[in-house]
Amino acid sequence: MASITIKNLYKDYESENTIHAVIDASLTVKDGQTVCIIGPSGSGKSTLLRTINRLEPATAGQIFIDETEITNPQSDIRGIREQIGMVFQSFNLFPHLSVLKNISISPIKVKKLSVKEAEKQAHELLKKVGLEDKADVYPSQLSGGQQQRVAIARALAMEPKVMLFDEPTSALDPEMIKEVLDVMQDLSKSGMTMLIVTHEMGFAKAASDKVVFMDCGQIIEENKPEILFSNPSSPRTKTFLEHIL
Amino acid sequence: MEKKGININKEELSKTNNNFFSKSSSFIKSKSLNLNMTDGVLIPSKSNQGVFSSWRITFVGALLLLGSLIIFSPEVYRKIFLVCIQGIPVTFECTIFAIIFAIIIGIISGLQSVSQKSIVRKISGVYVQLIRGIPLLVQLIFIYYAVGKFLHIQGMLAAILAMAICFGAYISEIVRAGIESIPKGQMEAAIALGMSRRQAFTDIILPQTIKVILPAISNEFISMLKDSSLVSAIALSDILRRGREYISRTFLSLETMLVVALIYLIITLMLSWLVGKLEERLKKNG
Repeated sequence: MASITIKNLYKDYESENTIHAVIDASLTVKDGQTVCIIGPSGSGKSTLLRTINRLEPATAGQIFIDETEITNPQSDIRGIREQIGMVFQSFNLFPHLSVLKNISISPIKVKKLSVKEAEKQAHELLKKVGLEDKADVYPSQLSGGQQQRVAIARALAMEPKVMLFDEPTSALDPEMIKEVLDVMQDLSKSGMTMLIVTHEMGFAKAASDKVVFMDCGQIIEENKPEILFSNPSSPRTKTFLEHIL
Repeated sequence: MEKKGININKEELSKTNNNFFSKSSSFIKSKSLNLNMTDGVLIPSKSNQGVFSSWRITFVGALLLLGSLIIFSPEVYRKIFLVCIQGIPVTFECTIFAIIFAIIIGIISGLQSVSQKSIVRKISGVYVQLIRGIPLLVQLIFIYYAVGKFLHIQGMLAAILAMAICFGAYISEIVRAGIESIPKGQMEAAIALGMSRRQAFTDIILPQTIKVILPAISNEFISMLKDSSLVSAIALSDILRRGREYISRTFLSLETMLVVALIYLIITLMLSWLVGKLEERLKKNG
């Protein structure tokens, strides 16, 4: 496992009127910690998350996974991405591949694992997320919650050191949210370093070591969940929590 | 500052448009992949009963008309029919070879059009613009007669070349649209898993693209089969050419052209039925 360190990160979207999506964000996720980022839509939470595996290149600032600087253009970004698992809001499973192939394709293609080994590992991961009977099914035949669990298994197949979750339950029907959160909670308990953008306050409260509140591209405050939710120091956090709780 | 915050990151906004608590998954499920690029025959499918029955009416009507003409007036129509169908091999020969080369050209050019290098994109763009702006008949005559002044090109080769270059441009556009129809998240997911862009392209994007564009390309084949009648302008004995030669011998213009039209109609309707079947199967497997 590993830690994530973000130092004074900026992300601008260049256009006619430049949009400052992330402004001077600094954040540390220690080894084995689970950190949730909350905040209103468009506050830069997802953008911040996506700069960590350079799906969006940062404009300024530094990001480290352990000692490796990701923001350094010379760094081997593919090698780093292998170590960072990512789960998306819209699952992004590969629709033309079976569940088993979805999970085993990247170990086979990137890590050059043999098909046999990769599929054995995929079966184990499917068991872990409670879907061992769905190996030969195609993603379109699964419910949203099942798809997201497969997506988590797919990310875990690369044996990442840290996991990023970009609103993993926002696209799910209410009755499927729990099954995904349960898998995430198990993962958190197993000691995985996790950074989660979420609107699930219940989960943030119960599972995270630290909650970060973002608004307008800035990190407004961060604290232990029991403190941030009951006694936020910033009025903006207070307003936000009042609106949703 | 507050205002700016609201405008931040348009993409994220649209993703979570319906208030940030929304758990509706419908907007993701509705992202079905559908390419509607067709200038050929309407492809009948089961989900479109109206089109299917109009296809049936036309097909049965054409068969009955042609059949009864041949049976009840054999001395005229049977003769015409036998002359015209001798052109079918030529029509198919140039169409099949041309579509093969057109697909090769189209895929290369289509891949270029989504390249990250702007110069490569421009080459493909100019090719598409240039070729799509010139009628096939003009290209055909240009290659056969104008280029033929310096370089003798055999009729069949010129026909295949002209049609391949022309339809390659259309297929290039289909390929480009097909690639762009694959959700951005597919590439992102592949890259996030550590794949290179090239790996992601060949293993994730292209297999999905092929499924999307296959019906559209089959449709181009039907269009091409019809447009192959233009090769009669460069003295290839296809269906139309046989008919016209027959007219010049017998002056039976109405009768002959009726048979020619019916032959083309029956062939294209049969092909469009096949394409419909193909599309249905692809949907089932998707």
